[in-house]
Amino acid sequence: MELLYIPLILALASTMLGKMLSNKWIWSGISLIAGFTLVLNLHCSHNFILSESIVDIPWLGDNIRFNLKVDGLTWLLLLLTNGLIPFIIASQSEDKVSKITPLIFLMQVGLNGVFMAFDGLLFYIFWELAMIPIYFITLIHSERERFKTTIRFFIYTFVGSLAMLASLIYLYGKTDYSSFSYDNLFAVNLNYAESIWVGSGFLLAFLIKIPVFPFHLWQPNTYVWAPSQGSMLLSGIMLKMGLYGLIRWYLLLVPESIDFYQPIVICLAVIGIVYGALIAIRQDDMKRIIAYSSLSHVGLITAGILTLSIDGLNGAGLQMLVHGVNVVGLFWGIGLIERTYKSRDLNDLGGIASKSKWFTIGFFLFVIGSVAAPLSNGFPGEFMLLKSLFNYNTTMVVFAGLTVILCAVYMLRLFQFSMLGEGKNESNKDMCISVNLELILFLILSITVILIGVFPQNLIDIINPSMDQILKELLNVKGVLS
Amino acid sequence: MSNLLIILGFPLFGFIFNGLVGKYLPKSVVGSIASLMVAIPFFVAFGMIGDLSNDAQYSVNWKAYTFLTLDNIPLSVSFTIDRLSVWMTLIITGVGALIHLYSTGYMKNDEGFYKFFSYLNFFIFNMLLLVLGSNFLMMFFGWEGVGLCSYLLIGFWYKNVEFGKAARKAFVMNRIGDLGLLLGLYLIFSKFHTLEYSEFSNQIAAGNHSDNLLNAISILLFIGAMGKSAQIPLYTWLPDAMAGPTPVSALIHAATMVTAGIYLIIRNQILFALSPFATEFILWIGLATAMLAALIGLKQTDIKKVLAYSTVSQLGFMFVALGVGAYSTALFHLTTHAFFKALLFLGAGSVIHGMHHEQDMRFMGGLKKKMPLTYWTFLAGTLAISGFPFFSGFFSKDEILAATYSHGLIPYILLLLSALLTGIYMFRMFFVTFHGTYRNEKWDYSKVHESPLVMTIPLMILAVFSVFGGLINLPKYITESGSLVEWLKPMLPIMEHHEIGHSEEIILLGLAVLVFLTALIYTRIVFLKRNRVPTDSETGFFSVMRDKFYVDEAYNLVIVRPLEILGDLLHLIGEGIFLKIFSFGIYPLLQVVSRLNKRIQNGNIEFYLLYMIIAVIVLLGVNLIFF
Repeated sequence: MELLYIPLILALASTMLGKMLSNKWIWSGISLIAGFTLVLNLHCSHNFILSESIVDIPWLGDNIRFNLKVDGLTWLLLLLTNGLIPFIIASQSEDKVSKITPLIFLMQVGLNGVFMAFDGLLFYIFWELAMIPIYFITLIHSERERFKTTIRFFIYTFVGSLAMLASLIYLYGKTDYSSFSYDNLFAVNLNYAESIWVGSGFLLAFLIKIPVFPFHLWQPNTYVWAPSQGSMLLSGIMLKMGLYGLIRWYLLLVPESIDFYQPIVICLAVIGIVYGALIAIRQDDMKRIIAYSSLSHVGLITAGILTLSIDGLNGAGLQMLVHGVNVVGLFWGIGLIERTYKSRDLNDLGGIASKSKWFTIGFFLFVIGSVAAPLSNGFPGEFMLLKSLFNYNTTMVVFAGLTVILCAVYMLRLFQFSMLGEGKNESNKDMCISVNLELILFLILSITVILIGVFPQNLIDIINPSMDQILKELLNVKGVLS
Repeated sequence: MSNLLIILGFPLFGFIFNGLVGKYLPKSVVGSIASLMVAIPFFVAFGMIGDLSNDAQYSVNWKAYTFLTLDNIPLSVSFTIDRLSVWMTLIITGVGALIHLYSTGYMKNDEGFYKFFSYLNFFIFNMLLLVLGSNFLMMFFGWEGVGLCSYLLIGFWYKNVEFGKAARKAFVMNRIGDLGLLLGLYLIFSKFHTLEYSEFSNQIAAGNHSDNLLNAISILLFIGAMGKSAQIPLYTWLPDAMAGPTPVSALIHAATMVTAGIYLIIRNQILFALSPFATEFILWIGLATAMLAALIGLKQTDIKKVLAYSTVSQLGFMFVALGVGAYSTALFHLTTHAFFKALLFLGAGSVIHGMHHEQDMRFMGGLKKKMPLTYWTFLAGTLAISGFPFFSGFFSKDEILAATYSHGLIPYILLLLSALLTGIYMFRMFFVTFHGTYRNEKWDYSKVHESPLVMTIPLMILAVFSVFGGLINLPKYITESGSLVEWLKPMLPIMEHHEIGHSEEIILLGLAVLVFLTALIYTRIVFLKRNRVPTDSETGFFSVMRDKFYVDEAYNLVIVRPLEILGDLLHLIGEGIFLKIFSFGIYPLLQVVSRLNKRIQNGNIEFYLLYMIIAVIVLLGVNLIFF
């Protein structure tokens, strides 16, 4: 519960004190302390079995309850959300702090809510709540092109959300007690035709949010045009809402439709892996490269989830966290470059390595994390996901495995043309990224790349029971996965 | 266990220490720390030889922690010390320490001195991870880790865009192989439910698995080896990798990293021995690589490029040995090759150092007088690689030839031909570089100098090993006991049969010597007596050889360009056109709908009343019809 109202209080406080306290370090510090204590506290006080609720009170009448629960999967995503948000706050440039910070806090409320909600309507409300701040964040620089992009993004995701709402309401109508509670929705049995329609509603919402090819059309431009913080929030945390929803709200609520959708979604995801990677190879805008690489990476996560194997689910859980860290780090690095060199075009950059040694090391760590070299954080997740896909379908894994090669191509290209060589722009080639508190935080985040990469099992231990439970429920109650 | 900690921990410590504080320390300190961090593990490993020799089954296993659970089966970070892994450790740390020492002289004036040694230590750590790991996962870690170090070190002079490109090419081509390897690991795991070598081998030995499965696993693992050990079709990165500093070429791209593929196959001997189709495939790939690379090497003029193609070719020899089932012989050649190829690269580095970064042999000549130590050691290396009787390369290559002969006549002839080419390109380079007249106008002859002792001492040590290295595995016709092959027998569960008659053996020996003499005499006449110097104006087939058979260009045309075009097309169609359709389709639709809406809600009470009446009628009508 604290995870909801403390960010809310912070959002209010930063709105009211915005002009007076426009120092990002204060907000970042508060958020860091608050977030970590709350999340760690949650870790100590719960054993991650999905039985007891943290909060369970009647809300809109008796049937719509304010019901929050935490299991390992949720906890990991809470760690991701509340752990990354202080870094995202710290990554702002000084001039927009009073505008963006409250929105980020508000978003934190929505995100925490989405991951903990165990009531259909509550889930939907938080889902939409998280949308509103990001809409304003992406609009913060009011240019025409941005506006169009944002509107497109909004319409896209909103269509998905409405479809999901329709599915939720349909399920609600089928429950015995007319209840939105997760357990009641879970107990509903649908016939095949119904399940296809209901499933499509959920899938549409989640696949657009993730996004999976071909529902990604909103994504690249939005990432590119949004301020760095917006891109970080969107790709680092928000798209995990979709992946989380896929596991918790699609697989378990409409398992009757899995047989039908499983091959389709996996196919789309694998197409997206190759598609995103191929496009990323040819881009010059650093943010666009990351956007397409993100499309490629989440494609693999989605495919892994849909294999319905313990490795796929564990790998997906781990990779959600890892992808968040890496993408935030990369967008942060790009933001720093853009602030210093006023460009993020690979044709203008170069030679940063010779001036900013520490920055280069940090950025390189995120790059190899993204490439999934062993002992970096990307490897264990990718290893598990590809393994699960291998067991699902061997042909599929050959295509998905191309990411191993192509990702190295575009990420190293990105690294070489931005960091190595000689500066190409005469006017600012002698500038460097100064060593300050922000850079130190950047480096701290980059160290987690190695930490997670060397000891992934500690994280797996947290999510494994939840994933095991989810698989068992799928197996026992619904009899899929025969 | 403590031994393992020292062996792995010291290079890792050197990497972190030099990386963090090396910048603020004097170069001598950085260099000595880095060299010590490799030398100490060497002596520790050497100390274990005694234990290992006394007990054939002696092994130390250490499980550090569980890295990952897959299918609820724990995959652990664990290491094993046995005869094979210690032998590899000795080569890596021994040759590695000498190259570290050499580098303190070679890199003396480089501003990235500390960084260089930091990377070098990190490479040694990863390489040791590769050979000491007790399962495929650890091997894969080391495998990718050395690839990463190779990337960093090839692109060490990062301001040069071409070098950066070479580094990326190396990494990406390795990754192609890695994908194969990764799929191999998945296949192993899904069928055998383990990634531990010992368990895997036991299961293969115990059960009767289908030939197809074993062949598939073998081929997938070999695809990984193709990338790392630069075999056709994934060899083109290695010559480009010469962009890195010369000690890197010696350590990574000649003595250690590129032999990882050989190690992988020897480690899984039982698998490959039971996959006849895969081994036949390996044999022919190895043969083709040995031949092709030697042909290209004949016409190169950059001394490092010649050595690079020579490495590719020699790796081909090792794969031929593996292909005919002579596993310990492959390891023997791996060992002697580490000696003489490291020596040759370091010698080339010494020449480049003395010539102020000139690498083209056309602008050298007559260096014998100026660089006597380099000259004599280089001669030792050249003689060793081209098979001068009783030098190290003579024994190892002869064994491969003999094993190939017992497998088939055609592979033998092709391999003998490659051996002939080896002699020719090596002596060509040797004579053109060190004999004849000096031909460089940019760098005055008087300024050419011998390298400092810190560089020539490693040369001399390696020269001694190149000459006498054959003693570790003397052939049966000289002595019966104490050879490397015998020592490794416990590691190689499947027996090797290469029995050939005594008289045949003598004939083969004679042929090998004959091949050596032919190469020597031919090059002596052409390049020493007639004083010919290679030129750019080759014609016909020779120009194709000089241009490396246009393999790079073909790859560009067939693979790289189409992929790039595909990427552009997808971007254009997927992102451009569809987005436009979406934008231009949805927006007007919404606008039309909203305009209609606007017209209905025009604020006239009469209209609203009308809507109400219509609605009531519709509702009533619906009721009438359906209920």
